[in-house]
Amino acid sequence: MTIVVSELRRRFGGVAALDGVELSVRSGEFVALLGASGSGKTTLLRALAGLEFPDAGRILIDGRDMASVPARARGIGFVFQNYALFRHMTVAGNIGFGLRIRPWRSRPSRAEIARRVEELLELVRLPGLGGRYPDQLSGGQRQRVALARALAIEPRVLLLDEPFGALDATVRRELRLWLRGLHDRLGLTSLFVTHDQDEALELADRVAVMRDGRVVQCDTPEALLARPADAGVAGFLGDAARLGCEVRGGMAWFAALPPVPAEGVAEGQAVAFLRPVDLLAEPGEGEARVAASRQDGRGVRLTVAVGESLLEAVPAPGWQPRRGEACRVRVLAARVFPA
Amino acid sequence: MRRPTEEPAWLRWLLCLLAVAVLGVFLVLPLAAVFAEAFRRGVAPALAALGDPDALAAIRLTLLVAAIAVPVNLVGGVAAAWAIAKFDFPGRRLLTTLIELPFSVSPVISGLVYVLVFGAQGWLGPWLEERGIQVVFALPGLVLATIFVTFPFVARTVIPLMQEQGRTEEEAAATLGAGGWRMAWHVTLPNIRWALLSGVLLCNARAMGEFGAVSVVSGHVRGETNTMPLHIEILYNEYQFVAAFAVAGLLALLALLTLAAKSLLERA
Repeated sequence: MTIVVSELRRRFGGVAALDGVELSVRSGEFVALLGASGSGKTTLLRALAGLEFPDAGRILIDGRDMASVPARARGIGFVFQNYALFRHMTVAGNIGFGLRIRPWRSRPSRAEIARRVEELLELVRLPGLGGRYPDQLSGGQRQRVALARALAIEPRVLLLDEPFGALDATVRRELRLWLRGLHDRLGLTSLFVTHDQDEALELADRVAVMRDGRVVQCDTPEALLARPADAGVAGFLGDAARLGCEVRGGMAWFAALPPVPAEGVAEGQAVAFLRPVDLLAEPGEGEARVAASRQDGRGVRLTVAVGESLLEAVPAPGWQPRRGEACRVRVLAARVFPA
Repeated sequence: MRRPTEEPAWLRWLLCLLAVAVLGVFLVLPLAAVFAEAFRRGVAPALAALGDPDALAAIRLTLLVAAIAVPVNLVGGVAAAWAIAKFDFPGRRLLTTLIELPFSVSPVISGLVYVLVFGAQGWLGPWLEERGIQVVFALPGLVLATIFVTFPFVARTVIPLMQEQGRTEEEAAATLGAGGWRMAWHVTLPNIRWALLSGVLLCNARAMGEFGAVSVVSGHVRGETNTMPLHIEILYNEYQFVAAFAVAGLLALLALLTLAAKSLLERA
């Protein structure tokens, strides 16, 4: 199932929620829509499902124009942010809904539906919970019921709106790895909305970064981090610090840091984005000073004072930095854009 | 030790006593008086008053009017609530305000409006008369006035609940392949069923007890266009106190049963 979105526009009142979205998803891909709140990512997802009606533009799914196809006929699985489980139905009732309401010609028998529901409960690892009501489940369980319900109609395309938004950190991590495995196993084409870049970069084949109702860049996580399309994307990804510089002769010159190559950037004032992993702090007399040191699950991070600015950096291997200690900072890489 | 949110014992007792006293004087006492007056001469005269042909006709008419008005308001109220809670359209706020109109307008005016429109000197009166259709001073007028007065009950109980529940369950149903009717039947209506029932019961209690609007359009023809409340008034004005209170007692009993059913539902 390929999805092609072109020139999609949608206004709410005077605000453009979608302002000419271009996006193309290949069959079997797992794509993240990443952006700050208000960037239009949920509106785009809802337009794909037929829950929102674009003012202009086209959506093609497998080459077919979706303009005149209502939500109920699109056969797209949708997992809502707050799950939207039917509160008066049991878990089994929720999961079997899409099968029960089919016109009687194509409706499976009662026994067949029950069997499918059991299968799906197994699939989302909730066997035996079919008799519960949604308000008797935990957040993670509800999320999986919502997923099973969406999968019951055997969709080829799965859309997920902030699927892990309401879950705590450990459940989130576990669920997203599991979801990725499920996507691969079922041969789905999936799009999910998130504002969490770690989630997007870890899970997706490609990440579509959205801003102001547009997809500004859609690329693999590696490409996004290495070659952000513009300053906005560079600043948004990877906790990058923003530092003014000047480009002369193919190099970016900083006030207090060694210069880095900046090929293809116009001469003059520029801005550089430096992620913590781009900066290596080494012991020894230099231009910088250790302002703070913090240990987390990913290792040690230093905050170093360089001139006027505070930058996050990684300490050289084997060095135990002390606060206030002088150090040198090497810039391993930087993404430079004209100011 | 007293919890910080707890008032001193004397204050609690005072407040409780006050509430009980107010309830007793203004609600329980009058209600008790109705039954006491009805049975003042014993059970037989009270039952005889209820068996009177005019009284029986009034009871029948009251139940008939309620049996028509309540289903009409059930359908109309759900439709209005649905439109207001689930769709955005111009004039939505105006509709919300209009639904409350019958509460704010005096029932007498509600009745008069129908006389003005459908009465012999009214706008549609002559046209209807030529075709032999009588609205005012007949069953259609009583039904219309009752529908008008009791319209807000269903809509008002259902709207807040529907608004709180939002539209996402319907959207979920749509993505799973449900069309409008299936969505309504399987998702929307089950979610509001208890509020709906409670609104219907309140609507019913009011429909049986309505006096003002019905009084204007009824014409007070004994045995024909008198509902229970109107029949009670006539009996009372004719100094037939036992009969008046017997019918009043029956009407009060119907209302109490409705309330009991409602509170039972709310507990379930």
